Amino acid sequence: MADTEEVVGPPEPQARRVLYCAICTLPPEYCEFGTTSKKCREWLEMNHSELVPAEAAMARKALKDEAKQERELAKKLSSPVILKRVERTKRKHVIVITGLEAFGLDLKKVAKEMGKKFACGASVTKGVGGAGDEIVVQGDLGGELRGWIEERFEEVPSGNMEVVEERRKKKEGQ
Amino acid sequence: MFKKGFTGSSKTKLKTSVQRSLRAKLVEQFPLLAPHIDEILPKKSQLSLLKAPERLSLYALDNEVLFFQHHDDALFPSLRLVHKFPDCFPTVQIDRGAIRFVMAGAMLMCPGLTSPGARLPAEGEGYGTGAVVAVNAEGKENACMVGMLKMGTDEIKKVNKGVGVETVHYLGDGLWRLDAD
Repeated sequence: MADTEEVVGPPEPQARRVLYCAICTLPPEYCEFGTTSKKCREWLEMNHSELVPAEAAMARKALKDEAKQERELAKKLSSPVILKRVERTKRKHVIVITGLEAFGLDLKKVAKEMGKKFACGASVTKGVGGAGDEIVVQGDLGGELRGWIEERFEEVPSGNMEVVEERRKKKEGQ
Repeated sequence: MFKKGFTGSSKTKLKTSVQRSLRAKLVEQFPLLAPHIDEILPKKSQLSLLKAPERLSLYALDNEVLFFQHHDDALFPSLRLVHKFPDCFPTVQIDRGAIRFVMAGAMLMCPGLTSPGARLPAEGEGYGTGAVVAVNAEGKENACMVGMLKMGTDEIKKVNKGVGVETVHYLGDGLWRLDAD
């Protein structure tokens, strides 16, 4: 093996190295078609100024995109996370967490992590009536969970979190 | 095909025999790839197989999806691979106006392939129906889509109406964003 390699020599790598935008992951020439064209442009100017496209067109679309993103961000910041304490049987509770998906978290992974952290069952279930999915954590952990989420996921503002209590299961239908 | 984001199921290692046949199939389907096949799929490499919804199989090497296929159909290269080896795949070019729609995942209509900014292979050298093509864009270096021809390229020129290329994988779709980890 070694002999043949010496004779032939390692083949020259033929692959082209393509630069991808760190903001939208597309090749920079396609940034303008994404939804973050302004941010992409800034990133390109910072990191690869030689590649910045000359024409300053598309300004209107960029503005529109920006406004849209701002709105989304505002929505994200104001979207609540509710930790609902539901009584299962007497003196046994589960915590139902809704609203985490608005922060771009993978619910399945979060649930798994919670289960590990608190040594309990944690699962993702479909929300009632078209609502988003929710995480059900078995155990009376409202306060602890709140603290943990604050610490673990910094993108979730603590002001948005709310611990709610629900006395009887019947009330869920109302 | 990948318009929505998705999560692949478990990742399994591919048998070497399967990997060998895959390699042969690749070279058969994309003859231009033959000189580079050793670089794309080194002989000793360990491919892994990711299964995605709708019977899609993704073939990944080092957490990067290289090829994918639906059931047992033709193999499609991933765009990142097309970017690395742009000359190894049959290519058509679309005009600037069509880019916007491609990036939104629309099918490629014939006029976008026949206008002055676009480029199709010359008469007689074209590709037939069902061929896998990389789609370049006017004024761009890198391909923006991988698709399957709905009509032969000669037919596209003649008819110039309706769907020309079926979109399979485009920049920014679910597969592009997929984290193969």
